[in-house]
Amino acid sequence: MAIAASKFESLELQGVGRSFGGTDALVDLNLTVRAGEFIALLGPSGCGKSTALNCLAGLLPLTHGQILIDGKRVDTVAAENRGFGMVFQNYALFPHLSVEKNIAFGLQMRNVPKPELKSRVAEAIALVKLEQHAKKLPGQLSGGQQQRVAIARAVVMEPRLVLMDEPLSNLDAKLRLEMRTEIRRLHQSLGLTTLYVTHDQEEALSMADRLVVLREGRVQQIGTPEDLHNNPANWRVADFMGYRNLIDLDVTAVTGSAVTLKGEGFTLRGTAVLPVTVGDKARAAIRPEDLVVVSPAEPVRGGNTMAATVSVVEYHGREFAVGVTSPSGRGLHVHSDHAPAIGSTVELTADPERVLVYQADAIDMQELSVEERELAEVRR
Amino acid sequence: MTSPPLGRSTATRSTASLRHRLAERGIDTSLLMLVPALVFALALFVYPFTYGMGLTFQPTAATQEKWGGGAFSNYVAFFKDTFVSDSVWLTMRLALPAALFNVLASIPMAFKLRHRFRGKKLLTTLLVLPITLGTVLTAQGLLIFAGRQGWLNRFLIQIGVIDQPLALVNNYLGVMFSLVISGFPFAFLLISSYLSGIDPSIEAAAKTMGADWKQRFRRIILPLLAPGLATTFILTFVLAFSVFPSARLVGDAMGSTRVMALMAYRAFGEQIDYPMASTIAIMMGVIELAVITAVLLWRSFLYKGSTGGKG
Amino acid sequence: MTTKTDTSGAYGVEPPTHAKGRSGARAPGERSLAASPTTWFVWAGTAAFFIFLIGILVSVVVDSLGKSWFNTWLPASFSKDWYTSAWDQFEMTHIIGVTLTVALVVIVISVLVGVPAAYLLARRNFPLKKTITMLFLLPVLMPPITYGIPLATVMYNLGLGRTLTAVILVNLVPSVPFVIMTMTPFIEQINPTIESAARMSGANMRKVFTKILMPLLIPGILAASILVLVRTVGMFDLTFLVSGPQSDTLVVAIYRAMTAAGGGEARQLISSMAVVYTLTMMVILIVALKFVSPTQLVARVKESRED
Repeated sequence: MAIAASKFESLELQGVGRSFGGTDALVDLNLTVRAGEFIALLGPSGCGKSTALNCLAGLLPLTHGQILIDGKRVDTVAAENRGFGMVFQNYALFPHLSVEKNIAFGLQMRNVPKPELKSRVAEAIALVKLEQHAKKLPGQLSGGQQQRVAIARAVVMEPRLVLMDEPLSNLDAKLRLEMRTEIRRLHQSLGLTTLYVTHDQEEALSMADRLVVLREGRVQQIGTPEDLHNNPANWRVADFMGYRNLIDLDVTAVTGSAVTLKGEGFTLRGTAVLPVTVGDKARAAIRPEDLVVVSPAEPVRGGNTMAATVSVVEYHGREFAVGVTSPSGRGLHVHSDHAPAIGSTVELTADPERVLVYQADAIDMQELSVEERELAEVRR
Repeated sequence: MTSPPLGRSTATRSTASLRHRLAERGIDTSLLMLVPALVFALALFVYPFTYGMGLTFQPTAATQEKWGGGAFSNYVAFFKDTFVSDSVWLTMRLALPAALFNVLASIPMAFKLRHRFRGKKLLTTLLVLPITLGTVLTAQGLLIFAGRQGWLNRFLIQIGVIDQPLALVNNYLGVMFSLVISGFPFAFLLISSYLSGIDPSIEAAAKTMGADWKQRFRRIILPLLAPGLATTFILTFVLAFSVFPSARLVGDAMGSTRVMALMAYRAFGEQIDYPMASTIAIMMGVIELAVITAVLLWRSFLYKGSTGGKG
Repeated sequence: MTTKTDTSGAYGVEPPTHAKGRSGARAPGERSLAASPTTWFVWAGTAAFFIFLIGILVSVVVDSLGKSWFNTWLPASFSKDWYTSAWDQFEMTHIIGVTLTVALVVIVISVLVGVPAAYLLARRNFPLKKTITMLFLLPVLMPPITYGIPLATVMYNLGLGRTLTAVILVNLVPSVPFVIMTMTPFIEQINPTIESAARMSGANMRKVFTKILMPLLIPGILAASILVLVRTVGMFDLTFLVSGPQSDTLVVAIYRAMTAAGGGEARQLISSMAVVYTLTMMVILIVALKFVSPTQLVARVKESRED
């Protein structure tokens, strides 16, 4: 018998919300998950993504809305009876049980007959390649091995839905990449419907079929990795998706979605995501890899050009990440195919297609989460 | 978790039931687990204590006749009867120096012994030994070992340090010895654990910034250790303050070590004057709490950061 | 950027160089092998402490074995007569029986009452939590006599004076808070997501408790039990207030023998009882420490959480 996901047609979250003592941790989350989908909940810490996961798991009761599977309510069902599997950030292995027994625990709770239990546990152990460590206690395993036990423990139940709460955040960078592939492989080979919580946009983009970006408990955007990567719905999502250069400018001309911006001593042509009108304050968002140092291989694009002074150079494999300072004193993150000398003046360019223009709203420091506030302070 | 701004509290009506909302505030059936402990605390602690409090205002006819003061007669007696009120001073004279000594002597010990070395385990095991001795055996042992004809005096005379045996027991000193022997290991083990709770990298950081041994101790370790020291002092003080058997056995029960606990017991067991016994007992509590409060105030005055120890 | 080099320059400044003082000669971080005054102080203090400790212990043992011992280094002759007479005269079997019964009953009750409360205090928030915690803490902070005398008065009024029940009840007063105080941090360090994980695996609350929590709590419960055992066997003040001839524990019996009218019993008799007491206590501790070794399990729990 092979491990396979139990099937359902659709999982529906309708207006799901959760408040803690008068403050909202999660507001009005609407999402339909199709069987076999891999969905990532993405957002900075404190954005409500873990709350959403715990609500779905049944570990936290909902205060608003309902959860339906194929039209049947499950939010009133106790966590232990929902038939979901969960992988926790800190693994949450039972420290007094061996790897085998950790994995067998759930099957024992379901009173699975002994022979079947044995074969399913063995299969799950083989799936995560832990045959040699089956008899060990969790304390004797490395972080990555513990992580694999946690995953095996969740999938052995053949759950309708696997919930993963930042499962890779405690691993070192190299292992994280390995496990990313591993989880993706398991998902594809077992057809597991997965809800994956992370604060790492790269992780989410590389693994998920669809992403849900949350901020302060509210959904900012739901879409495919390409959607989010190329067309963030607002500047905050853009900021989170790696558009590190956010420049406040004035709109001077609009033709269709093509916008011309002025300010800080230069002119920038970009693309408006939502309609803007002349005279608006706008915020241009540019990824560092789209703002490049002009060189023979990187010609000026769309007439966008500005001068800046090099302040930091970091080596990033085939290219260089360069920190520059604009004449008005603004720090920008750019890419370059060569290493410019520190203190030298370089010419920058960016494809107007890749300069996204948003309505600027004032950043109210009070409204920012601790993490965002910290970021704002560093950027200053 | 960040706390979202206040203005944003839920406007939407919660779909949750009342039971659910109560659970949100932490009220549900699992609170029943607390019931046995609460019943126990109320029946065996709160009730007797309030009963005893009430008793202090019902003095016996004899007390009332002798000291007057109506319902407060017991308290009048407590403060006016020098035989009783002196015991407060006698108790403090023992408990404060003993607790202070135990804590102060433990600091350099714990500091020196915090690194790994051979025999550390043996040493800490030996330090637990006094627990197995108990007050009574300690008293008996002190009487024999440090008595006039004991090994200690015999040895000191033999090597010519003294001509006459020192009076080390049946007086203030005897009780002090007993308090140190039972209290020191306790203080040492506590302070050691507080010390081990201080992240060594903090001290390493101070080292890289050029602080020498003394500066590191005074400016880094001591402030971090202060809460632990205060706690240890309080706990050893509590131990020493309620000293009773040793005050009777190795002390001078009618003189220099006539401590409050002895007075309370005398009223309780020998004079069968429960109201007076309760009065002395409650006053013990009051005085002890006063000392604890003073220490805690000193502590909050001294240091306001997060605790370094694993309190 | 120029500022970067500036700051690194500031950090690059040599820390104040060590003068040629006592500590200057050696590299920072190294400890000198020659003993400093503090070291001397520490070792002298330790030595003095142990001289007293061992002196006390050995002299009691020697005394209990000596036929008679007055003005000499050692008793004239040795015998174990004092032990046999202590046994006959004081019904030591009965006293030890009482002591152990009291201790065991106190342990069982205080664990049953204290652990659920500790669990709740460690895991949950509820109204009046601070007040309740304070209430549980008070008996540990107060001198035993302070609540002991009112409590004993109540016991005598209820007609429980000098009974075994009274001895057990008074000993519970510091023991239950003690179990709560030791178990609360122990439960706090058990990762709560382990319980969530068990529920996600389909275990209901009862199964979570029996299959996951109990095994994890055992080391903590054992440790707390041992501490309660040691405290109860050694508890003098409270027991003394309510016990009578038939319900005296060992410590109280020894105290009564030492202070009996007419200058107390023969010194050697008391010494032999004291030795019996210490031996009982040591046996308890040694046996207990064997069982407590699973505390390593706790360390593992912690480790797997931290990495």
